[in-house]
Amino acid sequence: MYKYDQYDQAIVDARVDEFRDQVRRRLAGQITEDQFKPLRLKNGLYLQLHAYMLRVAIPYGTLNGKQMRMLGHIARKYDRGYGHFTTRQNIQYNWIKLQDAPDILADLATVEMHAIQTSGESIRNLSSDQYAGAAADEIADPRPWAELLRQATTFHPEFSYLPRKFKIAVTAADEDRAAIRLHDIGLKLVRNAAGELGFEVYIGGGMGRTPFVAPLIRPFLPAANLFSYLEAALRVWNRNGRRDNIHKQRIKILVHDLGQEEFTRQVEAEWQHILGNASDVPLVEVERIATHFAPPPFETGLSDAIDRSDPDFALWVDQNVKPHKAPGYAIVNISLKPVGGIPGDVSAEQIDVIADLAERYSFDELRATHAQNIVLPHVRKRDLYELWTALADAGLATPNLDLISDIIACPGLDYCSLANARSIPVAQKIADRFADLGRQRELGELKLKISGCINACGHHHAGHIGILGVDRKGTENYQLLLGGSGAEDASLGKITGPGFNEDGIVDAVERVTDKYLAVRQEGERFLDTYRRVGFEPFKEAIYG
Amino acid sequence: MADDFLRFRDDEPTEEPAVTLDAFLDQTNSSAVRLEAGEDVRLLLPHLHHISLIEVDFPRFRDGRGYSSAQILREAGYKGELRATGDVLVDQMDHMRRCGFDSFAPNAPIDPEVLRATLDRYAFRYQTAADAAVPVWKLRHG
Repeated sequence: MYKYDQYDQAIVDARVDEFRDQVRRRLAGQITEDQFKPLRLKNGLYLQLHAYMLRVAIPYGTLNGKQMRMLGHIARKYDRGYGHFTTRQNIQYNWIKLQDAPDILADLATVEMHAIQTSGESIRNLSSDQYAGAAADEIADPRPWAELLRQATTFHPEFSYLPRKFKIAVTAADEDRAAIRLHDIGLKLVRNAAGELGFEVYIGGGMGRTPFVAPLIRPFLPAANLFSYLEAALRVWNRNGRRDNIHKQRIKILVHDLGQEEFTRQVEAEWQHILGNASDVPLVEVERIATHFAPPPFETGLSDAIDRSDPDFALWVDQNVKPHKAPGYAIVNISLKPVGGIPGDVSAEQIDVIADLAERYSFDELRATHAQNIVLPHVRKRDLYELWTALADAGLATPNLDLISDIIACPGLDYCSLANARSIPVAQKIADRFADLGRQRELGELKLKISGCINACGHHHAGHIGILGVDRKGTENYQLLLGGSGAEDASLGKITGPGFNEDGIVDAVERVTDKYLAVRQEGERFLDTYRRVGFEPFKEAIYG
Repeated sequence: MADDFLRFRDDEPTEEPAVTLDAFLDQTNSSAVRLEAGEDVRLLLPHLHHISLIEVDFPRFRDGRGYSSAQILREAGYKGELRATGDVLVDQMDHMRRCGFDSFAPNAPIDPEVLRATLDRYAFRYQTAADAAVPVWKLRHG
């Protein structure tokens, strides 16, 4: 994985110094809260319902054991002993004191981490495929390009105050595990007919209150021009995006208002100007970055056999372990969704355990996923049983990856000042209702996603089953959506009808899954059945 | 007129008052022009050779359109004074300098000490801009 050099370190250290000075001036009353707010947001510090929340960047979800252990240290020293992995592969802490924030950033900088541009109207931390470098279906590791963009977009002066936030995702496989078409810019690494590397560029996707699946703006962008093309798109938006209504300022609105064709024309025209600046990062630098992502020294001649004599272990292997490109190796998913737990939450002790296991079994590498789980990307199959035993001892072996209890949920009204309704208790009640693992497995892949407000941090638009919490005359009310997908077949869920209270929504989900079991055909996932039979049979099952 | 420590040029400031973009385009003998946020900076490009001062206004510090305006002017070869006016705060001035602003006329006073620390803080930059900074990718490869 990427290792800082003197320049990277100096820039992150300077940022700690800058933020320390900004906090000092704020506490001394030299900056107003209105002036300070965007400054702290650019460093991931939100003011929530009860305290400050600090969001720490995990660039494209990749980190090592030492960094993971630091995340545990921060949870213990500055928070209440736990952290929360987010839907953007980051981690956040919910009980932070403003005066501690500079020290936390200084601690993070010692392990090459930061909180730069994890919130606010900035180019956010990039997300990517959590199986990058391990997946059999990728054409190349997408992370060198993600790292290139991390650097190039860090403190980009022209885009200091964009109309709104801006999210980029990069993948390199046909199976889209990063929801690229639901991003402001989604990039898919491809080869053209001549065998050259380039990107499919999707612009203008997003969730929130006005969801869009991003259109393909450029089918093949030469890889060497990645950054200048992004600058062109960002400039068109920075100059022409709305600034009069916070709900209409994302790039997706501009793409929609101009139309795909006109937006594309403007970006291409701007790109011709920008090409003259020579702002593209040269390939020699891409190669330097790529050396950091060279495959680990995989052993050869390993057996692919797995001893499945322990049935609980076999179940976990079937559900949470995925194929690896190297013979004898596997990708291990650590579910952070135990029944009764809070999706994405981990204790400091669990963080330490995961760090140890990554060092021992996965070439000191781990990933955070947008589904709020953790991945050990490179595990020898012969180590799986030992690893599973250690995970089970730490309460980390829940075998529910991609099942109905592997729920994505935002923090909701329990923490978030924007939320209209609680998300966590609904996730817990659904997980509880479907606690029987046999029943979950019978339902198969079913992505359930819950947001506590229209901002859609819990990705409800992209859930096979989505739940949106709203405030209805002062009480929490939950709307049900069906048919969304964040994968390569991206689609937006459709609201079924009138909402439900907290228990009613759990019943409604059950009526939907019962209907699915009744009408599905051989081999169909819930989403496949929904797409085949359509909305009406489910609506009828829900409302009678 | 900007305070001395808010001007980063050696030449004499122009005495001419800046006119609006519309007025400038009507009577292009003026050499000082003021651009509001949202006005199309590219309308000035045919006239850059006889402009000595361009003011770019920031109605709110969170309105970032002026950064692109500055960058576009410098990319087009504009060498005259480029002044940021309005809601310009010390924590924005480093990036403004990078985009090519070389004088500031903020609504509220700026602390010279804080400004100096701000402008000196970052020794390295990740990307090219309108300033003289050499991006780190170039430093890495000589």
